[in-house]
Amino acid sequence: MLTTIKQKACYSAALYCLTFLNKTGATLTFCKGKSKEAEIKRINKELANIRSKFKGDKALDGYSKKKYVCKLLFIFLLGHDIDFGHMEAVNLLSSNRYTEKQIGYLFISVLVNSNSELIRLINNAIKNDLASRNPTFMGLALHCIANVGSREMAEAFAGEIPKILVAGDTMDSVKQSAALCLLRLYRTSPDLVPMGDWTSRVVHLLNDQHLGVVTAATSLITTLAQKNPEEFKTSVSLAVSRLSRIVTSASTDLQDYTYYFVPAPWLSVKLLRLLQCYPPPDPAVRGRLTECLETILNKAQEPPKSKKVQHSNAKNAVLFEAISLIIHHDSEPNLLVRACNQLGQFLQHRETNLRYLALESMCTLASSEFSHEAVKTHIETVINALKTERDVSVRQRAVDLLYAMCDRSNAQQIVAEMLNYLETADYSIREEIVLKVAILAEKYAVDYTWYVDTILNLIRIAGDYVSEEVWYRVIQIVINRDDVQGYAAKTVFEALQAPACHENLVKVGGYILGEFGNLIAGDPRSSPLIQFNLLHSKFHLCSVPTRALLLSTYIKFVNLFPEIKTTIQDVLRSDSQLKNADVELQQRAVEYLRLSTIASTDILATVLEEMPPFPERESSILAKLKKKKGPGTVTDLEEIKKERSSDMNGSAEPASVNASAVSTPSPSADLLGLGAAPLTNSAPPPSSSGSLLVDVFSDSASAVAPLAPGSDDNFASPDLASSEVVSEEPADTVHDADELFHKFVCKNNGVLFENQLLQIGLKSEFRQNLGRMFIFYGNKTSTQFLNFTPTVICSDDLQPSLNLQTKPVDPTVDGGAQVQQVVNIECVSDFMEAPILNIQFRYGGTFQNLSVKLPITLNKFFQPTEMSSQDFFQRWKQLSNPKQEVQNIFKAKHPMDAEITKAKIIGFGSALLEEVDPNPANFVGAGIIHTKTTQIGCLLRLEPNLQAQMYRLTLRTSKEAVSQRLCELLSEQF
Amino acid sequence: MIHFILLFSRQGKLRLQKWYTTLPDKEKKKIVREIVQIILARHQKTSSFVDWKDLKLVYKRYASLYFCCAIEDQDNELLTLEVVHRYVELLDRYFGNVCELDIIFNFEKAYFILDEFIIGGEVQDTSKRSAVKAIEDSDMLQETVEEYMNKPAF
Repeated sequence: MLTTIKQKACYSAALYCLTFLNKTGATLTFCKGKSKEAEIKRINKELANIRSKFKGDKALDGYSKKKYVCKLLFIFLLGHDIDFGHMEAVNLLSSNRYTEKQIGYLFISVLVNSNSELIRLINNAIKNDLASRNPTFMGLALHCIANVGSREMAEAFAGEIPKILVAGDTMDSVKQSAALCLLRLYRTSPDLVPMGDWTSRVVHLLNDQHLGVVTAATSLITTLAQKNPEEFKTSVSLAVSRLSRIVTSASTDLQDYTYYFVPAPWLSVKLLRLLQCYPPPDPAVRGRLTECLETILNKAQEPPKSKKVQHSNAKNAVLFEAISLIIHHDSEPNLLVRACNQLGQFLQHRETNLRYLALESMCTLASSEFSHEAVKTHIETVINALKTERDVSVRQRAVDLLYAMCDRSNAQQIVAEMLNYLETADYSIREEIVLKVAILAEKYAVDYTWYVDTILNLIRIAGDYVSEEVWYRVIQIVINRDDVQGYAAKTVFEALQAPACHENLVKVGGYILGEFGNLIAGDPRSSPLIQFNLLHSKFHLCSVPTRALLLSTYIKFVNLFPEIKTTIQDVLRSDSQLKNADVELQQRAVEYLRLSTIASTDILATVLEEMPPFPERESSILAKLKKKKGPGTVTDLEEIKKERSSDMNGSAEPASVNASAVSTPSPSADLLGLGAAPLTNSAPPPSSSGSLLVDVFSDSASAVAPLAPGSDDNFASPDLASSEVVSEEPADTVHDADELFHKFVCKNNGVLFENQLLQIGLKSEFRQNLGRMFIFYGNKTSTQFLNFTPTVICSDDLQPSLNLQTKPVDPTVDGGAQVQQVVNIECVSDFMEAPILNIQFRYGGTFQNLSVKLPITLNKFFQPTEMSSQDFFQRWKQLSNPKQEVQNIFKAKHPMDAEITKAKIIGFGSALLEEVDPNPANFVGAGIIHTKTTQIGCLLRLEPNLQAQMYRLTLRTSKEAVSQRLCELLSEQF
Repeated sequence: MIHFILLFSRQGKLRLQKWYTTLPDKEKKKIVREIVQIILARHQKTSSFVDWKDLKLVYKRYASLYFCCAIEDQDNELLTLEVVHRYVELLDRYFGNVCELDIIFNFEKAYFILDEFIIGGEVQDTSKRSAVKAIEDSDMLQETVEEYMNKPAF
């Protein structure tokens, strides 16, 4: 079979002109191999022809309709857009001829859009087919629901399908389709598929005679059980007994369900998956399950029944799933070790796929206490895989496994091998390896000199891939452990001797020598002057942030080594520093020069004191790795975290940092005032005080600590690293802005957000279902914002309802400047939530991340409607269905002023109808919400009760969700 | 759960696409382009699995056609390979020595067979007999002599 595909396909390339004969006998010729234009021309001609047929006076019979709809599909699948024919396809659904119906359904499945008119018609046709009791038609209808799987479909059929599924007289094939169809609807809209009586009956489908029904039902039950474990608990014992019957059956017992001598592999795997939703079962069932698992492991040792790859794949698929279950239960040491041995065999299998999967599966085994040691015995094989595998994805798995199996006993070997591999590793995985090496080296360091060596090696081998987090971390550790400081200074000094060294090394070297250069200054080979000259020889090759850091190192040297003060002052005084084009460098040079000339040695010693130990906190490297790998690996990382916090010196004094102090740098501050600054390490000045030191030397929050080399820009220090982690959750900022958000419901312009750094202003206009919003970002500081990236985020629920288009803005916002961003808005259908505006930027050294709700609310798409009292009440009565009305009674939050209330109702978007309500104190409004798909008429009535200081708000619209949302929005206003 | 299935030729021409999650057309086109590129660039003798975003691609080449499924992390990779193989078998059984042209010109049948085999990204029935039988039954249901005569015979 496989080879025949080849034979026949060989002439497909040779064909210049393909003639497409579909069953109807129509001919559609596509000029392949000729130019793209020719094909487009040909297709446009065909489309025009079909369009004219559909539009023609003569009504088409089902046969031709099918023919043309089929052609449209073909054209669509060739990659061209189709914007008509939907109606004809829907017509085909009601045909009695099977093939016509089938093509109709196929067209709908492939090309459906959320056109509400059509959805109604389609749902109607599906309803008829479901009721037809003809299994073939029912099957088609169910396939269609599953293929489209939209919320509308779920609304229409989620109630019906469970009934079909558990009805006694439903054909097996229909049951199968119904089970999976329900699964699809449950995945898209779980809220619309309530659990009920049917659930217990679904569980019993596991006992069904028909293996196809069991297969489909198991998928459904697995997904449902993940969310409602209690409801489906009984499925465990049923699944175990079913599994037991399968694994003990002879290969011929299951007839058609035996696949290449493997009995029902799909069903076995699904049952094993289902069991992974639950903890190990009760002892009675557990014994039987253990037998099953042992049988599966035993079978793996038997000689294969066929040489075909299908046989081995199916057999091993079951085996791997069984191992997953064993790992999931993590309670049977015997099985875990057997699983590990089995995987060990696969590590040297000639099939790449098996090696890949074995490495992957062993990663999880390594985290179990029972099998960790067994996994470790394979270390040589895994290291060998790292060196010899040809496939990068397999090597990647080997790296993962080495990382997982690493502990104190083998850390030195594994880190050495990883470093070794790093020299030749693929670019795509280098960064990850760097992070892993950095974490392992820190976690298992007994001797911190080894740690320092490892990180310096990392920088030497793969400097470009060493992220900030990694070198921040090495500095934190060196500062926190005095036993390693001298060694670190010596090692970086030696490393810097290399003629070409990576900039990251210069950064680490600059920082460490600035702090601890004195520890090696006794050696004439690394005298202060030599240290300084060595660093300064790298200066001109470095980027601005590194140079800034080096300047800070120099001023620290002034304090450490008074004997080279004049040399350093000469350097600072040179034109290339004092007149440097870069503001930051120039400022540092000027200020450091002044500081070194004016300040007394005492003051210098205080200002430039050694950095205090950093507070102990989660390594930012781990946070980064987590971010890279997603939540899947978090569990074992948390364990690492636990272990590390006990490993590391937990007694470190937290640096005195006042995080709320955000001061504005003022370059003109009077340095002479320094002497008066009451700054000591233990008593930071209050954030509001005008401490000049804060003003002069810091533009970042951590500045109250003694001046560090490069205290801002690039030395972001651990505070920032951790604030980065924290600010990943924008929840609280979003929440804070809620009040401002509500202000925008009734107005379009104003200030949306403001803090010490940034102001966000809005101006917006809306017409019908379209709108445009101008967002103004104002930098309130005098420093540039870098990497300024505002992003508008729509949640998954919101995305289909609201179309937002934004243009990127310039990533740099100068101090005091304002940039503008335009958001084009299209309301497709009614919506509840508001989009989120997320803004990220670097300010000084700090990474800033904030999120605010963007006030695009449903009422913005209101068009006011004037109407008479009579009209109003007539419509009011028409909308008397209880679902259409939403009422809210609430306490007034603001003074109850009639004029302000009127202004708010008008601002809300509806017309304010005077003299409609018989009670003149009441307010009545009317309007139409415009969305792309529909228009929704809305009536509202607000009844104030001055005595009780309460309001009653009533909304009636043709759509419940709209009434609800508008009522929520408006209730917040009074 | 399978998120989508793509069939494409060695030249990168898409022959069949089946999506089990709802995505806008633009997004689909982007994904197809990206995946075709990734898979065609892979060497022989590499594993059949590629990590892609938070999904895993499982692919196999049959003569001139690549079959590629995107599955979730916890799904069984080896069995997905056999899902592909079973589908090829079903096509083969229906068309009799299936080739790329059969799938081009009888795309609707290729879709119908897939629908009988997989619904909503989950395998419905693994029996070869029942899936093919469903299709053949439905063909018998309405096929007239005239239609039968026009059935392509490559």
